Amino acid sequence: MKRQWKILVVDDEEVMRESLAAWLREDGYTVDTAASGAEAIRRVTADDYAICFVDLKMPPGIDGIETMIEIQKIRLDMPVVIITAYATVDTAITAMKEGAQEYIVKPCNPQEISLLVERIIRMKNLERENLLLRERLEKQYTFYDIISKNPKMAEIFELIRDVASLRSTVLIQGESGTGKEMIARAIHRSGDRVEQPFVAISCAALAESLLESELFGHERGAFTGAIERKKGKFELADGGTLFLDEIGDISPKLQADLLRVLQERSFFLVGGTEEVQVNVRVIAATHANLQEKVRAGEFREDLFYRLNVIDVRIPPLRERREDVPLLVRHFIERIALELGREITDISEGAIRLLIDYDWPGNVRELENALERAMVSCRERVLGAENFSFLVARAAEDERGWTPPGTQTLAELERKAIEATLRRTDGGVAEAARILGIDRSTLYDKIKKYGIKRG
Amino acid sequence: MSFIALVPGQMVAPGLLVTIGECVSRTIGLSVRVLEPILEPPEAYDPQRRQYSSTAILRLLIELRPQEAARLVAITEQDIFIPMLSFIFGQAQLDGRVALVSLARLRQEFYGLPPDEEVFRERACKETLHELGHTFGLTHCDDLGCTMSLATSIQQVDTKSATFCPACTILLAERLGRFGRSTARPSEEESP
Repeated sequence: MKRQWKILVVDDEEVMRESLAAWLREDGYTVDTAASGAEAIRRVTADDYAICFVDLKMPPGIDGIETMIEIQKIRLDMPVVIITAYATVDTAITAMKEGAQEYIVKPCNPQEISLLVERIIRMKNLERENLLLRERLEKQYTFYDIISKNPKMAEIFELIRDVASLRSTVLIQGESGTGKEMIARAIHRSGDRVEQPFVAISCAALAESLLESELFGHERGAFTGAIERKKGKFELADGGTLFLDEIGDISPKLQADLLRVLQERSFFLVGGTEEVQVNVRVIAATHANLQEKVRAGEFREDLFYRLNVIDVRIPPLRERREDVPLLVRHFIERIALELGREITDISEGAIRLLIDYDWPGNVRELENALERAMVSCRERVLGAENFSFLVARAAEDERGWTPPGTQTLAELERKAIEATLRRTDGGVAEAARILGIDRSTLYDKIKKYGIKRG
Repeated sequence: MSFIALVPGQMVAPGLLVTIGECVSRTIGLSVRVLEPILEPPEAYDPQRRQYSSTAILRLLIELRPQEAARLVAITEQDIFIPMLSFIFGQAQLDGRVALVSLARLRQEFYGLPPDEEVFRERACKETLHELGHTFGLTHCDDLGCTMSLATSIQQVDTKSATFCPACTILLAERLGRFGRSTARPSEEESP
């Protein structure tokens, strides 16, 4: 592996510089040389080196220690070995204190320098191997930017591959922050519509009339302020994919309009009389339980079935805790780059804390928590203390809970059982485990409250 | 026909040169010619270190090499150094034309042991082959038995053999191709 590494020798004395470089080249390394601190800094800016040998005394300009400090500002991880002919304890201490990997006194025994180089290269090889393994692992669990090794998520990835090139509508259900739009984008990107537009709209963000105009567009003069014809999202997404987020929040009128588009593949612009034909794949998403809304008469059953041709349910993060470490490492790398911070790792304790936390806001909350922790972190490794706000948040959730005044204990118990069964897809054994009661007790209560499973 | 020039420094025993010449010729497959002895350049001597600068001697060797010599190796009795290191057994121009081998630390006596001519000669052969290997572009080999493995102590010199490992043999044969040798032929006998 040594042939992959480059070494830099920095010394103002040509014989010294070139003879050491030649000796290292015989060992198979690619060796660059620099005659001054300034030249060394230029080289380090342009190239990555496994080791930098820097002579302590380098007149004029910047000396060895200053060169080392500048080098490590550019590449924090670059091992610098300070070379000096003046073996004083003071300079050795200064060099090590300022971050030198080693300090050698010339002339040194060939074995000493050979072992030193071997040790540093072995460390660099391990670092590189570690990085490659991590990248490979991440790749293995990455599907169009979605990172997961959870079996349910793997099934979703499989489903996406199967349905990507179909025109069928997809309904994505999942709590806020689980990455519903990322799943929609993955479906779009893995199908044959990838070259066509992906248009997203959040149905919850707009008032009914505005949403209607946003979706279907409007003719000139359709309403006050409609000074020209405007294309709606359906028209803009023609040939591609339209992602309707928070579909559970749309009004009955819009539900009817949407059903018509899905059935007829055509619609009228607001204030228009001409029918517009479109070829759009609709992917809808909601954090609400649409089936429950259908039961409650708040959502049209026919629209539900029209949307729910392919059903994707994203598990919340607390049900795929094995993904937390993978996501954490991914976010640390990305956020460190964005913030320009040298934070490269996270402590075991902090990872444990993040795995144990319930993440009501799911992956989005995890991402935000990491950003918040990294902004305040002064070390290179994130520690549990950087996430103290999460501990406070969890405690607040406990304290802040107040039972709804209008509900009896029995009603609360029924709701708790219903919610848990929904979470376990009707699995009684798993629900009983979560609720901390026997399976037979849970069966009794299901019967008592007349709860329908699944 | 290309040959390898062997140049003795002051006081190098002629018998040793014959042994080294035979070994080089046998292993590398090029003929060897022993040239007239040279005087190590006085300007290469460092009185403080009481050693010769190998870089300064190599500079002289570049000038001395006859045009028709594929490579030139000088054998010196002097202890040699590069500024960074307390000593070196030898130095070569990597993928170049000249090399230098020091005998000073190859004798048992240097380590307070009784003389052993056979061991000494074997060490001299290994180091000559090693430095010549560098001139043909070979770098240090991870095979501890290969003559191209790095030796920073006499124990490491003794661990390796006076032959190239299969991988280095192939690399060397490729480099030797340009001298009309498709492979290094260990069985070939050519007198120096």
